[in-house]
Amino acid sequence: MADISIRDVRKSYGKDEVIHGVNLDIQTGEFVVILGPSGCGKSTLLRMIAGLEDITSGEITIAEKVVNHLEPRERGCAMVFQNYALYPHMTVADNIGYALKVAGMPTAERIEKVKQVASSVGLTEFLDRRPGVLSGGQRQRVAMARAIIREPEVFLFDEPLSNLDAKLRVQMRHEIRRIHNRVKATSVFVTHDQHEGMTLADRMVIMNKGTIDQVGTPEEVYNAPATTYVAGFIGSPAMNFLPGRVLASHAAVVLEEGSSLPIPSQAAQTMDGKLVQIGARPEALSLCRPGSGTLTATFEFYEELGSEGLHHLKIEDVQFSVLSENKMRLDEGTQIGVTIPQEALHIFDADTGRRIEISDPIHAIETA
Amino acid sequence: MIERTPWLNLVTHAILFTGLFILVVPIYLVIVAASQTLPDVMAIPAKLLPGDQLLVNIRAAWEEAAFGTKFTNTMILPTGVVVGKIVIAALTAFGIVFFNHRLRMPIFWMVFITLMLPLEVRIVPTYAVAANALSPFQTILDVTGFSWLINAVSGIEVALEWNLLNSYTGLIMPLVATATGTFLYRQFFLTIPDELVEAAKMDGAGPLRFLWDILIPLSRTNMAALATIMFVVGWNQYLWPLLIITDPSYGVAAVELSRLVPNMNTTGGDIPNWHWAMAGTLIVMLPPVAVVIFMQRWFVRGLINTDK
Ligand SMILES: Nc1ncnc2c1ncn2[C@@H]1O[C@H](COP(=O)(O)OP(=O)(O)O)[C@@H](O)[C@H]1O
Ligand SMILES: [Mg+2]
Repeated sequence: MADISIRDVRKSYGKDEVIHGVNLDIQTGEFVVILGPSGCGKSTLLRMIAGLEDITSGEITIAEKVVNHLEPRERGCAMVFQNYALYPHMTVADNIGYALKVAGMPTAERIEKVKQVASSVGLTEFLDRRPGVLSGGQRQRVAMARAIIREPEVFLFDEPLSNLDAKLRVQMRHEIRRIHNRVKATSVFVTHDQHEGMTLADRMVIMNKGTIDQVGTPEEVYNAPATTYVAGFIGSPAMNFLPGRVLASHAAVVLEEGSSLPIPSQAAQTMDGKLVQIGARPEALSLCRPGSGTLTATFEFYEELGSEGLHHLKIEDVQFSVLSENKMRLDEGTQIGVTIPQEALHIFDADTGRRIEISDPIHAIETA
Repeated sequence: MIERTPWLNLVTHAILFTGLFILVVPIYLVIVAASQTLPDVMAIPAKLLPGDQLLVNIRAAWEEAAFGTKFTNTMILPTGVVVGKIVIAALTAFGIVFFNHRLRMPIFWMVFITLMLPLEVRIVPTYAVAANALSPFQTILDVTGFSWLINAVSGIEVALEWNLLNSYTGLIMPLVATATGTFLYRQFFLTIPDELVEAAKMDGAGPLRFLWDILIPLSRTNMAALATIMFVVGWNQYLWPLLIITDPSYGVAAVELSRLVPNMNTTGGDIPNWHWAMAGTLIVMLPPVAVVIFMQRWFVRGLINTDK
């Protein structure tokens, strides 16, 4: 078991810097998910931890030991790849046991171990087959077994589920969490799928173009997104944003279209005149008669989601959506009121995109 | 785009059969001539149906050209070429594809240049080198003045010599050092996904372990293709053995065949023994044909790279 510490790590390919100084501490036994859209540098970061990619500058330590110049095999990490990367010419048993074979474990002992691990992931009857004849889910299990058998200090996963169909993905997700609960190894899991991230993570790391925007539990990231980027990325359907200006005289944020959203006067005082982005999650809003809510919008179209309905509206030129069990199929162009409870408001600095905390009644804090 | 119209079908098949005809007729004529008696072979108009003398002629040719010993000899040449080529090609391609070092491109281009300089083109310098394999080093020492220096300091005359004429080494080495195999392997290695390389790294396999446990087993079909091609090439070598082998105990079958082919020396002005010559041709053709037929399945798979 080991903790991982990433200190001001940068990565450049030639002149292009793709990781811009990342700091992250991962506790022993923790399941950390690195989440971000494709191309933001998640894999690069993971591969630097694994030792598959040189670290341009900065320092990575695993179990208090600086690993910058250690070979992958010396770092005690096992990795599960997106495309499984199974050895096509070896049987499932040989695939799973290859690391032990390289390490020089006696054959009898190795075979015993392979059987044991294979049975723990339900692969016993496939041990003699080649990866080529297995289904996606089974290959995924082989890849998992290959990592588990080494009893590594650290598990690294690079989008291991993205090649599976939706149902299998959920199933394997649970499996991975179950395995983690059993072996308790430190795990770093890279994905671009927020549901995967939310359900698996002890803590999530949200990456944005080579930097970390926020680190926190799934609840923290959902309830208090640190930037507009995180706010827009986490949560589905995506958060609504409206531009506005803080006016201390109104103790409110006044939106461009004229309506005002009250905020604590203390907070309004400190930010008087500041340009902000108001964020509100569709599921925290409700619809009402025109004129009676916080603001008035124009109805655009309706989307049926089964238990709830997603109502697409327009406020001035800004798209806005409301998720509600109270389904309303209205005609396009109809005026409708929207209620925004004060506790549902997220306020972000319009220039920096950073969150401005307003719930604290004493003073408004900018979270770093 | 593949079009299918009756007309096009007809034309394609016509071309196909013309090609087949051009290929098969000479072989047929060889079989016909090899199975007839000498008067029948010489008969005018030519008899185009096989006779019944095939086995008799083959035995005569076998004894006349002393193929018994020549065949063992001839096996050594292609076998050596096949083994040497596979080992060198696999190692070179391994170095070019999987390692990121400064010499990577220079080595790649040096190998590439040999494609433009086949043995036939550089046969004279190659012969000079074979006559003394150390002569390039001697030249370097002479030109740089080292020979003079050594001579002045120690009084020893620097004269490096390693003669490869009339030896298997000399026969095989120049044929091994060509780029085709390296390219075939490089092409195959480039199709190996990066993730597989990385998985092996994570599993703790070093480069040699990776080569041995993963690349070599995966490239079996490739190896079969290369072996087949190189066996045939090695077996058919004529010019190079003819040049460097003067000792008949190193003679190879393709060259010996020429002794059966009639000329003034072999027949002393008599009627040439065409029937024996053709029987000998058949004998010499058999091993490569057998190898190709035997290896066909792997050979094709290796060239189209589907076994992954
Ligand atoms: N070997 C490489 N050479 C040059 N650029 C690379 C290389 N690998 C990744 N990149 C670049 O680094 C950025 C991050 O890539 P990656 O870590 O794979 O993103 P992610 O896994 O988040 O999708 C991308 O812009 C990508 O183009
Ligand atoms: Mg990636």
